[in-house]
Amino acid sequence: MEKSHQYSPNDSSAVIRIDKLNKWFGTFHVLRDLSLSVKQGEKIVICGPSGSGKSTLIRCINFLEEHQEGKIIVDSIELTGDLKNIDAVRREVGMVFQSFNLFPHLTVIENCTLAPIWVRKTPQAEAEQLAMEYLERVKIPEQAHKYPGQLSGGQQQRVAIARSLCMKPKIMLFDEPTSALDPEMIKEVLDVMVDLADSGMTMLVVTHEMGFAAQVADQIVFMDEGQIIEQNTPTEFFDNPRSERTKLFLSQILSH
Amino acid sequence: MSSPKDTPNVYTAARPPPAASVGLIGWLRQNLFSSFSNTILTLVSIYLLSLAIPAVLDWAFWSSQVSGDNRFDCKVEGACWAWLDQRLGQFLFGFYPDGERWRVILAFVLLFAALLPWLTTGVPGQRYLRWFSIAYPFIATVLLAGGFGLEQVPTDKFGGFMLNLIVGLSGIVLSLPVGILLALGRQSKLPLIRWLCIGFIEAVRGVPLITLLFVSNILLPIFLPPDVTLDSIIRVIIMVTAFASAYMAEVIRGGLQAIPSGQYEAANALGLNYWRSMRLIVLPQALRISIPGIVNTFIGLFKDTTLVIVIGLFDILGIANAMVSNPDWLGLSTETYVFVAVFFFVVCFSMSRYSMWLERRLSGQRH
Repeated sequence: MEKSHQYSPNDSSAVIRIDKLNKWFGTFHVLRDLSLSVKQGEKIVICGPSGSGKSTLIRCINFLEEHQEGKIIVDSIELTGDLKNIDAVRREVGMVFQSFNLFPHLTVIENCTLAPIWVRKTPQAEAEQLAMEYLERVKIPEQAHKYPGQLSGGQQQRVAIARSLCMKPKIMLFDEPTSALDPEMIKEVLDVMVDLADSGMTMLVVTHEMGFAAQVADQIVFMDEGQIIEQNTPTEFFDNPRSERTKLFLSQILSH
Repeated sequence: MSSPKDTPNVYTAARPPPAASVGLIGWLRQNLFSSFSNTILTLVSIYLLSLAIPAVLDWAFWSSQVSGDNRFDCKVEGACWAWLDQRLGQFLFGFYPDGERWRVILAFVLLFAALLPWLTTGVPGQRYLRWFSIAYPFIATVLLAGGFGLEQVPTDKFGGFMLNLIVGLSGIVLSLPVGILLALGRQSKLPLIRWLCIGFIEAVRGVPLITLLFVSNILLPIFLPPDVTLDSIIRVIIMVTAFASAYMAEVIRGGLQAIPSGQYEAANALGLNYWRSMRLIVLPQALRISIPGIVNTFIGLFKDTTLVIVIGLFDILGIANAMVSNPDWLGLSTETYVFVAVFFFVVCFSMSRYSMWLERRLSGQRH
């Protein structure tokens, strides 16, 4: 178990540091004293039953959700209500959503060039060239001038990944990226994510795809009731789960 | 493993539809004679139209008269358009001096150049035309009111349909941006801004426009420095704009609420700030959804311009009222009001058709 590392506040190589994070939705305590640190290039898969706070956790990392207590430091910028810090963090953190959230009134390539042009001030020609590179990487350059509504779910999700990558983020967050997809399309999205992992991207992935977790994760984080119950390497996690809750979870999702 | 190619073809080949369900016969069957009761409705409608259309045409054209000096010259069964010769200028320009009316016509022609680049795409020199559009209000003001070597025309000489167009178009052009800001303000996280916007919208929607126009004569001067007097047309434009923007804000709020929260989140996650995500992501989609409601508000606003009569301005309807009570032309109210109605119908129907065309064009992008 020497590879397993729990939160270490002075770990300077950590690109994300979360310390004693607490968040409530109204009176519901959704994240409880949660601490986690992620190193540059590390791939973390977060799993757990629904309502355990997985999505809320990664949505806190780019401040789509505001936390009430604790510290989140991303790329040495602390997330507070300060808009300048939030903008700075969002420029470095890409996010892929369950429901893709492509902009339906813009073509695929416009979806990809929008943020580079308006946020990074990249010249349009350069932004388009960059977008085409990433669209090739997710294997749909031929769809560049279509509207999102003309694409399949798998293609839309790959465009969403390319759109995030066009901002050249240091960290990518994935919030159940394959949960809204037809079974036939899950693989094409996972392939792109594996390829991205191989390129050294720092990734936090909320997913139920345990095959993917076993293949790419450096660490698997198991959450329940707003806390991290167990965090370990995939081998240890699947073969030697420590807590009863993890064993129950694994037995339920791996039984078929 | 066998791929679909290996299996023998068991599909049924596509055949053309039966002849009676396509083409003219198919269309007639589906749309006019689809059932016994629909057939009866179709026949009754055709019968009524065959009575009405010839009668209207006969009244307006075949049995009408166009020459004469006053109502005693009107000898025909049908419409008497004799007054047009004398009064058309007044209906269009009010009391604008005869020799200067070319300025109004020029401003009207330039209006199309100013509007065109905003209404469609692919206009030659679109970018330069937009600069012209921005300058247009100033150009039109100088043309209409005078200055820079043009003879001054006091605004109490403005009237007729020109006045409806000035007030209506100013209101339309101003109420859209103001309505957008009010709609966004109503959703603001800052309570003060939200309350101000809600207060404005509810207060303005809660009273009739006619009241606002009366009040503009009394209330607006109180808010202004004592030595500033606002022209009555400007006051009307302010009130009509305020009135329409309150409705506009609610129409646009409906559109904003239809945008899934994922769109806001994706825009935020990409690092777009509030104004950029509104301008580039949310508003283009929300406004597209709101087109029918927006144009509805525009059409209502345009027709409401006839209310300026209550503060002593003579728009086309005011001129018409004055004419039908003139002893020379007494009793010609049908002709007069039909004539006025045509003007409003042309403008409102054009807006309606434009909005349908725009909706169709934009819907092409969705799938």
